[in-house]
Parts: sequence; C-alpha cells; structure tokens
Amino acid sequence: MPRVTIEDLKKIKDKAKQTMTLRSGDARARIIIHMGTCGISAGAREVMSALLKEIETKGTTDVIVTTSGCAGLCSREPMATVEMPDQAPVKYVDLDAGTILKVFREHVMGGKVVADHALGSGWETTG
Amino acid sequence: MAKRVEVLACTGTGCVAGGSYDVASAIAAEAQKKGLSDEVQVIRTGCQGFCARGPIVIVQPDNIFYCGVEKKDAALLVEEHLLKGRPVKKLLYTPPEGKAPVPALKDIPFFAKQRLVVLRNRGLIDPEKIDDYIAVDGYTALAKALTEMTPEQVLDEVKRSGIRGRGGGGFPAGVKWESARNAGIHRGVEPVVVCNADEGDPGAFMDRSIIECDPHSVVEGMIIGARAIGTKEGFVYIRNEYPIARERLTKALEQAREYGLLGKNILGSGMDFDIKIVQGAGAFVCGESTALMASLEGNVGEPRAKYIHTVEFGYKNRPTNLNNVETWANIPLIINRGAKWFASMGTGDVSENPWNGSSGTKVFSLVGKINNTGLIEVPMGISLREIIFDIGGGIPGGHKFKAVQTGGPSGGCLPESSLDMSVDFDTLTEAGSMMGSGGMIVMDDETCMVDIARYFIEFLTDESCGKCTPCREGLRQSLALLQRVADGKGKPGDIDLLQGLASMMQDCCLCALGTSAANPVLSTIQNFRDEWEAHINERRCPGGVCKELIQFAIDAEKCDGCHACVRPCPGEAITGEVKKLHALDLTKCTKCGACIEVCKRDAIHKVQRSDWRAAA
Repeated sequence: MPRVTIEDLKKIKDKAKQTMTLRSGDARARIIIHMGTCGISAGAREVMSALLKEIETKGTTDVIVTTSGCAGLCSREPMATVEMPDQAPVKYVDLDAGTILKVFREHVMGGKVVADHALGSGWETTG
Repeated sequence: MAKRVEVLACTGTGCVAGGSYDVASAIAAEAQKKGLSDEVQVIRTGCQGFCARGPIVIVQPDNIFYCGVEKKDAALLVEEHLLKGRPVKKLLYTPPEGKAPVPALKDIPFFAKQRLVVLRNRGLIDPEKIDDYIAVDGYTALAKALTEMTPEQVLDEVKRSGIRGRGGGGFPAGVKWESARNAGIHRGVEPVVVCNADEGDPGAFMDRSIIECDPHSVVEGMIIGARAIGTKEGFVYIRNEYPIARERLTKALEQAREYGLLGKNILGSGMDFDIKIVQGAGAFVCGESTALMASLEGNVGEPRAKYIHTVEFGYKNRPTNLNNVETWANIPLIINRGAKWFASMGTGDVSENPWNGSSGTKVFSLVGKINNTGLIEVPMGISLREIIFDIGGGIPGGHKFKAVQTGGPSGGCLPESSLDMSVDFDTLTEAGSMMGSGGMIVMDDETCMVDIARYFIEFLTDESCGKCTPCREGLRQSLALLQRVADGKGKPGDIDLLQGLASMMQDCCLCALGTSAANPVLSTIQNFRDEWEAHINERRCPGGVCKELIQFAIDAEKCDGCHACVRPCPGEAITGEVKKLHALDLTKCTKCGACIEVCKRDAIHKVQRSDWRAAA
C-alpha cells in the first residue's frame, strides 16, 4: 500500500485489530510463538515448524499462527502464548516440538489448558 | 480517605491495545465534569485476565464488571452507574465461574512488579508486520507531532518529561535535543540524529530485545526527534553481533518507507527524513559517542576529547544528537500520553529540572545467578531487593546472594547491604556503581570478586582502542597485577598499587572506557576487601574460582562409584571401578567443573590448595 495518510493509519489499525484480537470471528485461536534470539537459540524455530506441520497435516484453517519477540522470561524459552476468544491468553514455557503439539491438540483444539507447561494467564501491566 | 467508588481500568497490554488509557482518562474527566471527583477514584490496574473482552473496567465495591468499554461510553457509565447507581446493561460482563487452571500473570511476581512502557508491545505484535504496530496505535504519535504540534512543542514535551539517556550517561535527552537544534540554527548546518545500538556491555541485551520485538517504536521515536531537531538524516549504528535485530530493523525501515512514513513528505506534512543502518565491526569502544561517530564516518573507531561537544560538532562536524535505543523507544509514548504522565513514574521531581530525579521506567537484563533470567522493565525507584528476589525469584540452587553488578564494565559490584537501595541514576552512582545501559548481573557465594574484577579488566584491555597511554598501558598493567593476585602471587601493597592505577586512569584517560575501568576494581576492593586480602595474604579463593588457588577432591564418604563423572572429564582425570571409590589425578585435572555438574551424590568438592597443603 503506497503512502498512507492519517486516515489510512486509522483504517489499517481497525482492520489489523480485528484479526489481532480475534474479534472478526473467523479464528478459533491465535498462537504466538515467541522468537527473540533467546527463543530461537532454545529451539523456537523447531517448535514453529512442528506446529505448522501439524496444522497442515490436520488441515486446520481457523487457527492463526504468528510470531513475536521475546516474552521477557528468557530462561523458560521456547515460549508460546495461546489466545482464544472469551479467554485470557495463556503463556506456555519450556516448549519443544513435542509439547507444542500437546498444547495444540489439548488446548487449542480441545479447549483444556495444559497445566504442566502453562506459566500463567493474562497480559502484562503497562505503565 | 478512601473514596466511595473505585473504578479499576485494566491497563494490561491487551486492554491497552484496545484503548484502555483513553477510557480511563475519559471516565476521570467525566467524573470531574459531574462533580464526582471527591467520590470517585479511577485506578489503573494490571491485567484482570478477561483480555478477550477488553477494555475491562471494574467498579468497586459494587463488583460490577464491564467489558468492551470504549472512550465514548465514559459519559454514559459515569452518568448512569456512578451518579445514578444504575449499572449499564449493555456493557456488563460476567466473569467465568470456577478457579482458573493457571495463575494470573498479575499474581506471578516476575510479571506483577514490572511496568511496561518501552516494552509495551512485547509478545503482542509481530515485529515484522508494520500493520501490527499500527494496530496498537503505532505512528499516531508521529501523526500528532507532525500535524498538531510545532517542532518547538515536541521539543518542549520531551524536555518536560525529564527523560534521561538510557544508554547509561543519564544526560537529559530534551536538553541534548535542544542543544542540537540550536547549534543547527546558529551554525546554519543541518544536524543529524543517531541511534546508538552498539550495546557492548557483557550481559546486556535490552537494546537487542527492543529492536527484535518492536523495531518501529525506535523508528517512530527517531522521526519525531528529527522533527524536533530539524534534520532529514538519521543513522542507526548497530553492533555486528545482532543479526536478527538488524534484519528486523531493516524490514521495519523498508515497510515504513513503503507506507511513506520515511522518505519524502511524510504523512503529507512536507517533512523529509530517512534512516540508514550502519553496522559495527565488533568494537566495544564504538559504543562511546565520539568513537561511534568516527566509525560512522568510515574512520577507525577511536574517541576524541569532548570539550568540543558532539552536539555542536559531531558526525562530519555537524550538530549530532546521539541517543540510545531505549531512549528513542520512549519518545512515541511521551508524545501520545504527555510529559506529565512520564514524569509521574520514577523518582524525584523533574518538572523544573530533569537532573532532580529519574523519571520513567528502565529496562534491565537480569542475568547471572538468578532464577528468572530475562528482560524486565520497572519504574525507576524500585529497590534492588525487589528486582532480585521478587521479580528475579532469588538465587538458584540454595546459594546465597553475594553481589549484583550493574552498569557493565563501567559499573560496580554492590553488596548485600545495598539491596534496599532504590534504583535510579543518582543513587547507583553515589553507591560506587552506575545505572549503565541496564545490564544487571547477579552473583552468589560461588563467585569470586577478584575474578570478576579480573574479568572486566581483561575485557577492557582487549577492547581498549590504544590511542591514549593511560588506558592502554594502565589496563595492561592492571590486568597483569590482577592475574598475579588471582594466581596467588599477590604481594602486600598490591591493593594500594591497583587503587593508584585506577585513580590515575580516572583522571587521565581520554574516554569513559578508560575513566570508568576503575569501577569494577574499586568497588570490589571497597565492598569485598576480605576476599582480596584472602587472595594476597592467605593464598585462598573464598568463592572457589581462581584455579591456581583451588583443587578438586573426591569425598571418600560420599562417592559410591556410580561412574557418572568419568566420561564428561575432558582430561580423563578420573578413574575407578564401578561401585568403588573413584580417584582424581590432579596432574590431569583442569578444574573445568564438568564432574561436579553430573555428580548426584555431591561427592566432588573444591578445596583450597592452601588448606590441603597445610593438612598434608
């Protein structure tokens, strides 16, 4: 999109927010794989590949997978945050190619939080 | 006196993305309009956990939960609920019953005590999608700065926020901006803005993380700065060792250019500005402002005397405004939420004078002997104890806290007695350390403070550019002395000699690499003198680190011959039959510690050679 105006910024914001906050109603979940250098060096790329492969194999079309930077607790990477409508986001820690599939199958598709790997729910506090 | 009604507006990052700051302000403004300010208190809280339906507003003591509250609902909410006592049905929310399967982040100390300002978007947006940044109000500060404020007003806002340089110098950014702007006008030479992303301190990764998770916040900050200072040209000097950060920043710049947020006629305002990324080549000294500018010009990264300020004569002799990554990342919020908001966080009163306190938050990289290693952001003024024991979760493995090192090679080691100190620019400097860029290394009883001093001096000796004799030779001699002490060859008088060298360097070195090199040495001598004396007078290393002074030994009573230590030993120094006491050949032992790590019986210990010799 070429050269935005201030009105364009507002339009982009509204559109992007719909997807980001799962308000558009199209998605059942958004999974954020945290990919800062800490996560990547701990194996976040493998976690991402395993997840994407699972989604492809199962033919799931209503799950958004996206990446973000480091979530802050570097010693527990690889980490992922699972967001679902009507629920607080859940932060998962110490993941690998196997445990991310567990999270996907039990939480995202099955609706039950995987307590073993869940650190906490909600978002952080701003100033 | 407690107020009759508390309105809790959630400011977790999820709700903030939904506009909860505006909601909170609107409710407060409406309450004031209706004369209810004495009875109603609007409180901003951490994440309430109902993020999918945010912005969340809770009214107590009524225990009414509202969801999806927008700015335009404020008038209705105040009128109907707060004034007339009738909850607004269309905004009501019923939180789900039952105990949550996992704890809420706001109840986990690591998260509970942090306040995200610079890192507000972490974990929330994809750093490689500009639309994600725009979705969370990205570039609205730029729009405001370009269309609703004059350059002088932008400058004034930054000045009044009191923000001080986050790279460690703590110089008020607004003052620097003003000097650069004025020099440009006075000299008739266009200034240039630079972002220092060289981040050389060992253990520091704040700037890397900021660029990796939210590169646009830095870009937007720089464009706003360019508007205030009056320039078309900007640089980001990023260290060689940050490929991912550099990639993401490059993408961010490309996307910003595509949208016309960089380049010519930004947002139709007539302002032109673009940013170029320049990569360092692995030199710590290039984090120093004048060495950085030399490198930017294509010359060898060597500093120069600074009685001629770079803000007047810097890059290619132009007025140059250099700020750290974190400083730039704060700017969009200062513009959007105002200087008063920024100054309300932190210590001191910076309304008249930015030097009177430390406003805002600071990002720290919390590393070392700590349970929760990671990246944290806290309001200035929080205590070291809260950072290390609440947020950090304390020392792992049952060990005891010994010291915390702040400020990298330019900083000092603070002991247990300093734990209740509040963290801000001035208190840390007074205590013999400094804020620095934000690296915070925690040490326990198995750390040797002499070894720490030696480590930093070794680092600085390697990194010294060599231009001035006091630094080049002072560091080499200091290192040789330190190595002798660490090897048990120290002599009485060595401490005084080191202090003398340090004092000479503080007075005579050309740049801060040299003048602050004294800090790790002097602070460890001041706070841990007993360890120094143990090394020199008793040939002992209390922390069990200095290899010449310690020995490994297998405890005959604990070793059960499990054989686990044999394979990991690189020197093949351990022998023994399974289920029988194993033996350690001291002539082959390199004291690497691999055996201690695998021994599950706690049967291998470090002993002082001096004790061992005495016993033999």
